[in-house]
Amino acid sequence: MPKSLTPPLAKLNQEIEGHAREFGLDFFETIFEVVSYDELNMVAAYGGFPTRYPHWRWGMEYEQLSKGYEYGLSKIYELVINNDPCYAYLLESNSDVDQKLVMAHVYGHCDFFKNNFSFRHTNRRMIDDMANHATRVRRWIDKIGVEKVEDFIDRALSLENLIDQHAPHIRRNPDPQRAEDELKSNERVEGFKVNREYMRGFINPSEFLDSQRKKVEEEKAKTKKFPERPQRDVLAFLLEHAPLEPWESDILSIIRDEAYYFAPQGQTKIMNEGWASYWHSTIMTRRALKDDEVIDYADRHSGTMGTRPGALNPYKLGIELWRDIEERWNKGRFGKEWDECDDLRARRSWDKKLNQGREKIFEVRKHYNDITFIDTFLTAEFAIDQKLFVYGFNDKRNSWEILDREFRKVKNKLLQQLTNFGQPIIEVVDGNHDNRGELLMAHKHDGQDLKGDYARETLRNVQSLWRRPACIITRYDNKGVLLRFDGQNHTEKKIDL
Amino acid sequence: MSLRIHQDHSRFKQIVRGKIKSNLRKYVQKGEMIGKKGKDTISIPIPFIDIPHFKYGHKEQGGVGQGDGEVGQQLSPGAVQPGDGHQAGQGEGDHSLEVDVTLDELAQILGEELRLPNIERRQNEKIVTQKIKYTGVNTTGPESLRHFKRTYKQALRRQIAMGTYDPARPVIIPTREDRRYRSYKLQELPETNAVIIYMMDVSGSMGDEQKEIVRIESFWLDTWLRHQYKGLEARYIIHDAVAREVDRDTFFHTRESGGTMISSAYKLCRDIIKSDYPKSAWNIYPFHFSDGDNWSADDTRQCIEMLREDILPGVNQFAYGQVESPYGSGQFIKDLREAVGDSTNVALSEIADKDAIYASIKDFLGKGR
Repeated sequence: MPKSLTPPLAKLNQEIEGHAREFGLDFFETIFEVVSYDELNMVAAYGGFPTRYPHWRWGMEYEQLSKGYEYGLSKIYELVINNDPCYAYLLESNSDVDQKLVMAHVYGHCDFFKNNFSFRHTNRRMIDDMANHATRVRRWIDKIGVEKVEDFIDRALSLENLIDQHAPHIRRNPDPQRAEDELKSNERVEGFKVNREYMRGFINPSEFLDSQRKKVEEEKAKTKKFPERPQRDVLAFLLEHAPLEPWESDILSIIRDEAYYFAPQGQTKIMNEGWASYWHSTIMTRRALKDDEVIDYADRHSGTMGTRPGALNPYKLGIELWRDIEERWNKGRFGKEWDECDDLRARRSWDKKLNQGREKIFEVRKHYNDITFIDTFLTAEFAIDQKLFVYGFNDKRNSWEILDREFRKVKNKLLQQLTNFGQPIIEVVDGNHDNRGELLMAHKHDGQDLKGDYARETLRNVQSLWRRPACIITRYDNKGVLLRFDGQNHTEKKIDL
Repeated sequence: MSLRIHQDHSRFKQIVRGKIKSNLRKYVQKGEMIGKKGKDTISIPIPFIDIPHFKYGHKEQGGVGQGDGEVGQQLSPGAVQPGDGHQAGQGEGDHSLEVDVTLDELAQILGEELRLPNIERRQNEKIVTQKIKYTGVNTTGPESLRHFKRTYKQALRRQIAMGTYDPARPVIIPTREDRRYRSYKLQELPETNAVIIYMMDVSGSMGDEQKEIVRIESFWLDTWLRHQYKGLEARYIIHDAVAREVDRDTFFHTRESGGTMISSAYKLCRDIIKSDYPKSAWNIYPFHFSDGDNWSADDTRQCIEMLREDILPGVNQFAYGQVESPYGSGQFIKDLREAVGDSTNVALSEIADKDAIYASIKDFLGKGR
């Protein structure tokens, strides 16, 4: 089982923590534990947590990680949990230089967790909550049976990405629009127009007005939609309205809680990994590295920063962007004057010696997420420097190829990839579709089609929770389609959008 | 020490096993498994093991990459990373995960699914192998077996006793007398051995499809028998008008023209058994595949005679599989059925096409002999 730091490691940690503080990093207390490969693979399979509820997919994850390590394909370097205190793991067989690098990297993450706005609403006691979730699931298993519970978890997990990724920051209730509507609806039913006030009682007797009012109410009830506005938190909708057994809703709420916990990490991947890499590199090269460790360090560092043409390495993109921002704010390459300068030579030698870089990046790490980070700071120069390109699949040649290097397109594609954490946006639009209690969802199509077989399988899982037919409107090849699963059969109907 | 994850891991393996079981018929018919065979394991694509989500089709998606290259340049295969980091299959309709399964496990699944009885060993525990077992520690031995911990312990003990140990500078230097070595004993383990003698007609009438069937079928027979016996040997005989012994690769890839004399193969089989596999020590399994055409009734008579007198008395089971071909008359199985069909240690099977392999395996292995 995990061990606390040995005296030499504790000393290293003290040193690295000191450097991190000196540079102005601000983090929760950080607890390192020393683990073996097997334990590290286990913890990684559990998403970083020492305890999760029992489920086979952790086992699958574990098998893949162990195999990747056995075959020498992959090795997990760092694992850190966003919690207060932060927990992080050190591999017992690593060399000192590796341990220092990991520690420095971890302090970068912990600073980010503590300060970036995306994490403001995350549960900092998640370690305890995960353990509680595990206990609850185990108790349900004892009561209901492992097969049933596991089967339900499988189905619930299939829907885990159907949450409102930005929900923690948006207060949707009380809903002013709804109140407004409600207020308007209270406007009187006036009956026939009355010119002489004393005639009112005769022309519009109160029984008549009452019946008119009732009619309006009924009319409204009929057209009243449920939900009133599309709801992006499909899991919440199911929790509120699906006919779930108590144990089912408990498990579904566990899955939802955990999904919300992980959401901000998905939204700040580039920033967060870049930030941690920036700091491990800064701390190591400026302070911690001994002469005889340079080669090993360079080898590890370049291993993390390596890129492949068809994949974006968040560590690499992130660290380069942070450095670019720092340089630009050091040299004053921002603002109106800079933007309007089109003299290439002047731009190249531009240096106003402002030295605001450090300050700027600390500010940026507070207030941005990946989308706003890329949107604000990815410049044309940077895209060219970093050789970014858009790639796509060429059906004719049956291969992936470079489609474009134009800055606008690169940036748009990148932003599109990051929108909603790279997941399709799906909303519940009607809980009483066709007036038959069917669940209707809509996919907000943004140019990319859903993966068909996955969509049908997922729809099957929605149906099994809703216990009535489930439908989703999407688009394939630019044509509107309604997919429906009624519990037995899948159907597909063309519709006009 | 057992990790908590081991429960989830074994649950995962159990699920994989269930998937293999329910898809076994499909796997049996397809030859693809043979190509994916490693030394002791086989990679099996398991459909629908991951958890489906609403997500984008990867080909739809494309993305942003980083590196050199002109617009229009192809990215090398494998350079593109599937969107979600899992090993999702390529293309629509195919979300499968490749899982390594040991051959032993696969045999167990085959046995359960086909309800195969375990083989009753004819020859029990006659052959013996030796195994090294480490039993203790000695003061002499080869350097490769030096027991480091015990050696240093011994040295520490000596230094403390002599008063030369300094806790402030804990240097321990073992001397010759401190050295300790692992000692071992040879254990004799009984083991049962078996041999499969594959025979195949490679005359002109046996086409590629027929051979493919034999190849697939022999893979499953191998797998099952290997599961039943610790040491399994396999010998390969091909024949047209004459028979010769070949290696496995040649066995599956030879095509000859000319006539068919089945007796030539049986004769060679008989000789191999006689010289290499005394029936007192070996479990013997001759498997013969042909399309059922023999040169003459006279040759068939010879075959039957040889079977009755030389082969059947010494083997666990003789199996004949007749693979349907457009050219063969399919007479041979009828003759065998008539002559030796009643013998308990004869298994006959007609294999019409790949779909029939599943049932045929049961014909061959269902008797538990």
